[in-house]
Amino acid sequence: MKEKLEQIKAEALRQIESSDALEKLNEVRVNYLGKKGELTAVLKGMKDVAPEDRPKVGQLVNETREEIERVLEESVKKMEKAVREAKMKKEVIDVTLPAKKNNVGHRHPNTIALEEVERIFIGMGYEVVEGPDVEKDYYNFEALNIPADHPAKDEQDTFYITGDILLRTQTSSTQVHEMEKGKLPIRMIAPGRVFRSDEVDATHSPSFHQIEGLVIDKNITFADLKGTLEEFARELFGEETRVKFRPHHFPFTEPSAEMDVTCFKCGGKGCRFCKGEGWIEILGCGMVHPHVLEMSGIDPEKYTGFAFGVGLERIALLKYEIDDMRLLYENDIRFLKQF
Amino acid sequence: MNTALSWIKAYVPDLECTDQEYMDAMTLSGTKVEGYTRLDKNLEKIVVGQIEKIEKHPDADKLIVCQVNIGEEVIQIVTGAPNVKEGDKVPVVLDGGKVAGGHDGGPLPEDGIVIKAGKLRGVPSNGMMCSIEELGSSRDMYPEAPEMGIYIFEDDVPVGADAVELLGLRDTVFEYEVTSNRVDCYSVIGIAREAAATFRKPFVLPEVTVKGNSEKVEDYISVEVLDRELCPRYCARVCKNIKIGPSPKWMQRRLAASGIRPINNLVDITNYVMEEYGQPMHAYDLNTIAGHKIIVRRAKDGDVFQTLDGQDRALDSEVLMICDAEKEVGIAGIMGGENSKITDDVTTVLFEAATFNGANIRKSAKRVGLRTDASGKFEKGLDPHNAEAAINRACQLIEEFGCGEVVSGMVDVRGELKEEVVLSFEPDSYNKLLGTQVSKEEMLAIFKMIEVEYIEASNSLKVPTFRQDILRQCDIAEEVARFYGYDKIPTTLPTGEATTGKLPFKLRIEQKARDIAEYCGFSQGMCYSFESPKVFDKLLLDADDPARKAITIANPLGEDFSIMRTVSLNGMLTSLATNYNRRNKEVRLYELGNIYLPKALPLTELPEERMQFTLGMYGDCDFFTMKGVLEEFFDCIGMRKKAIYDPNAGRNYLHPGRQANIFYEGTLVGYLGEVHPEVCDNYDMKTRAYVAVLDMPAVLPFATFDRKYEGIAKYPAVLRDISMVVPKEIMAGKIEAVIAQRGGKILEDYQLFDIYEGDQIKEGYKSVAYSITFRAKDRTLEEADVTAAMKKILNGLEGMGIELRS
Repeated sequence: MKEKLEQIKAEALRQIESSDALEKLNEVRVNYLGKKGELTAVLKGMKDVAPEDRPKVGQLVNETREEIERVLEESVKKMEKAVREAKMKKEVIDVTLPAKKNNVGHRHPNTIALEEVERIFIGMGYEVVEGPDVEKDYYNFEALNIPADHPAKDEQDTFYITGDILLRTQTSSTQVHEMEKGKLPIRMIAPGRVFRSDEVDATHSPSFHQIEGLVIDKNITFADLKGTLEEFARELFGEETRVKFRPHHFPFTEPSAEMDVTCFKCGGKGCRFCKGEGWIEILGCGMVHPHVLEMSGIDPEKYTGFAFGVGLERIALLKYEIDDMRLLYENDIRFLKQF
Repeated sequence: MNTALSWIKAYVPDLECTDQEYMDAMTLSGTKVEGYTRLDKNLEKIVVGQIEKIEKHPDADKLIVCQVNIGEEVIQIVTGAPNVKEGDKVPVVLDGGKVAGGHDGGPLPEDGIVIKAGKLRGVPSNGMMCSIEELGSSRDMYPEAPEMGIYIFEDDVPVGADAVELLGLRDTVFEYEVTSNRVDCYSVIGIAREAAATFRKPFVLPEVTVKGNSEKVEDYISVEVLDRELCPRYCARVCKNIKIGPSPKWMQRRLAASGIRPINNLVDITNYVMEEYGQPMHAYDLNTIAGHKIIVRRAKDGDVFQTLDGQDRALDSEVLMICDAEKEVGIAGIMGGENSKITDDVTTVLFEAATFNGANIRKSAKRVGLRTDASGKFEKGLDPHNAEAAINRACQLIEEFGCGEVVSGMVDVRGELKEEVVLSFEPDSYNKLLGTQVSKEEMLAIFKMIEVEYIEASNSLKVPTFRQDILRQCDIAEEVARFYGYDKIPTTLPTGEATTGKLPFKLRIEQKARDIAEYCGFSQGMCYSFESPKVFDKLLLDADDPARKAITIANPLGEDFSIMRTVSLNGMLTSLATNYNRRNKEVRLYELGNIYLPKALPLTELPEERMQFTLGMYGDCDFFTMKGVLEEFFDCIGMRKKAIYDPNAGRNYLHPGRQANIFYEGTLVGYLGEVHPEVCDNYDMKTRAYVAVLDMPAVLPFATFDRKYEGIAKYPAVLRDISMVVPKEIMAGKIEAVIAQRGGKILEDYQLFDIYEGDQIKEGYKSVAYSITFRAKDRTLEEADVTAAMKKILNGLEGMGIELRS
């Protein structure tokens, strides 16, 4: 009996060994382990075995079966792997062929810069607000401490529609609208389009964009202004950026300043980009003039604040090294696709 | 404003710093230095040489050979200059030295020109004699220099001395950008005062004393000011026995460095005082002043006056004039008249130093079309106190130069002059505003330097009248900040009540619009808000189209920028055309920008500004590509109901058979279509183009970011296809409306899967096929449910004259 089982096993293993396809392995399975297979036949012949030997023989049969199954399973796995690999070998592609792109469109560089600025200030608790492009003289000038005969009001800079209605020359007008709402404290930025009577050339445009910032609260200091704008500059231009505040004059802030940042091309060493100065002028700012607060119904004895104004195009031109402002309004797809 | 550092140092004698240190420190204390130019840039090894002997060049007619004594030795120099003679003292650049430019006075090369010993036509030459142009300057600045040829020194200069120094070129000219509030800094004295305070060095004002003769000015001139409002102060002095001649070299050099051409002693003195004190002056020939009387009054409408540049100027009653007893002799603060100007024969001069209303001068300068150095200063509103000092300074210089005799006394017509501003001294409030802890002593030290007087008894500060910018405590705080140092102020972040950063809903929706447009391949453009009124014709708008009612800019840059746009299409079409004409294939652009709709014209209140989401494209695309973009957008902003597309949009600029107005829940939210071929022609585009415009204020009320999960269907769907023959004029939208309306609760979806016109379909009809999906949320549908729903739909369709094919 034992010999017979050994023989079956040896023959089965030989057949497995010599199989070169999955079908053949399956045949082996059927021939030896199937209902009509040889091992099954052996089991069927158990009735001829003496009862006391039956458990022993049963165990032997099972052992033989397990061994065949194990070897069979191994071979199947091996063969499947070989088949899969052969298939994949045929499926090799040229990965350097061109991509199938969705041709996604591109944002305008101004908008990219704007969203950056918005992101930074929203993170600092500022609300984004908007004001009208066509504006009353009062909001653009008078309420900002620029009375009727101030040189800044000169007609050659401002587009007028009527004596009293104009195209805003600065987003600072939005400050006034926000203050008039009477809700304090204020932390806002106001991006928008502004207009100045400048002929179109590489560095001028009669229409461009500014972002105005305004903070009004109790105990706001010039030091807060410095800290906030330094934080802003680092976020926008990189951690290494240093800032410099220079005294300046704006009618609606006092004290006033202009902020320079270290050139983000050379890091402040001086290069062609910053005309050797190492610094680039980036924005104007200052403490809100008490008269401006008074005009908008805020008590300057209780509240102080700071304001700033950034030229959006200036940032976009600097950040992306665009050398001609006209490109921003031509909408040539070859330009826009670079951002 | 340009000024030589040597002039500043005349009032701040202890000032010692490099040019760069000066620039940086001044800029940080508020006097912005734009840049500086060293006058001796590229001038190396240049000494005074004396020509001892001149001989002809053996081989060249136009050259001469000079033996030049340069102090330690005599060198030979060959030159072609026509103007030198033996004994002349000239600037000589030695072998290996440098000059700044060529003799033609053209642009100066960045690194100058190196001069080396060599041979000229075979004769050795060991240096070069220089013209003023080669020294980097010009005859405008050095009027004594010859028109052609070598600069010749006066006889008393020492041979071998530094020629650059002798010419006053060992100096640096700084260019300042003075802010409009600091009228006092439009003067050398003003800037010197700032420099003294910045470097904490003593400030020494020039001492002004006038001797005067034994006569009285009142015997020479009387002054009457008829409009005190426009002329707060008028000072007049008289100088007689005037001898016109050149002014001293030092004065010429200072003026030249400031960019002012020296002319003669009288003109130079008035210009010098204007630079020094910031007070413009005028000199009249007293013999031309009728009645020896000055009257300051407004001009009459329609008057014409000839200014001393020979131009006729039209006047009106807003323009202030200086007149004598009979006639007008000058436009106040702007320019004197041809009829009273100083000539070389002048013997008696009337000096005027006045102050005028700044705003009036600015307007007048614009009215008469003449902006001068003087008007540029007056329009800022000068300090009347300064006029007296300036006129006396001019008289002092006349006496010092010995070019005239000053008549004693000054005619001074003035009303109440502005008093000094007095503010209480509140050190704590300055520190509170600045976020600093500057000591009281430090503050007082700063005030002292800028001549703000501290009155201990009343603990107050008296501000000098020349500081017209200091009116309130915040102005004082700025002075503290400037001289304490902006850079020393700490950096902190605001404390106090926390606020939430927010992007308002409108801007969030616009952000979504950008995202969707970009996912769909559109890039963002930006267009001007103003355009030409011709745009309306280009877009084929009817003569009475309301869009033609546009806001006109009163002072536009030109017709092309003269109206505020009422439609956004022109910007888009112009941009598409730009791309088309630059041969860019496949272009998709979008723009988010306002249009401006007046409520009434002329404007009495602010117009309505409506944000337009405008899309445009050409290339591999069609009407339905555009429609798809819009529907993606609607879907993304929560507009999940079906938009209605009405083909009767009536838009002239679009293809009549390929346009639609878009309605959402009955509201017109925008339109789309193919651009009318004639409009394409008008924009020079020889391609089909498609546009869409969404009126964002109309879209906004329907937009929402709220979403609700509805569950994923658990029960199977039943699909039914219907195929029909439809009269051509019935649009798919109608069929869909019937399906939607009659499909009942179990209708889940319907999709057009085929549309066909042609051979097998009879004339005037099209074949249309839909796949309809039914599903119930709570059970598996019975055949009867679906059959009932289908029957309703089919009945509806048949009622429209549609034949069913299966």
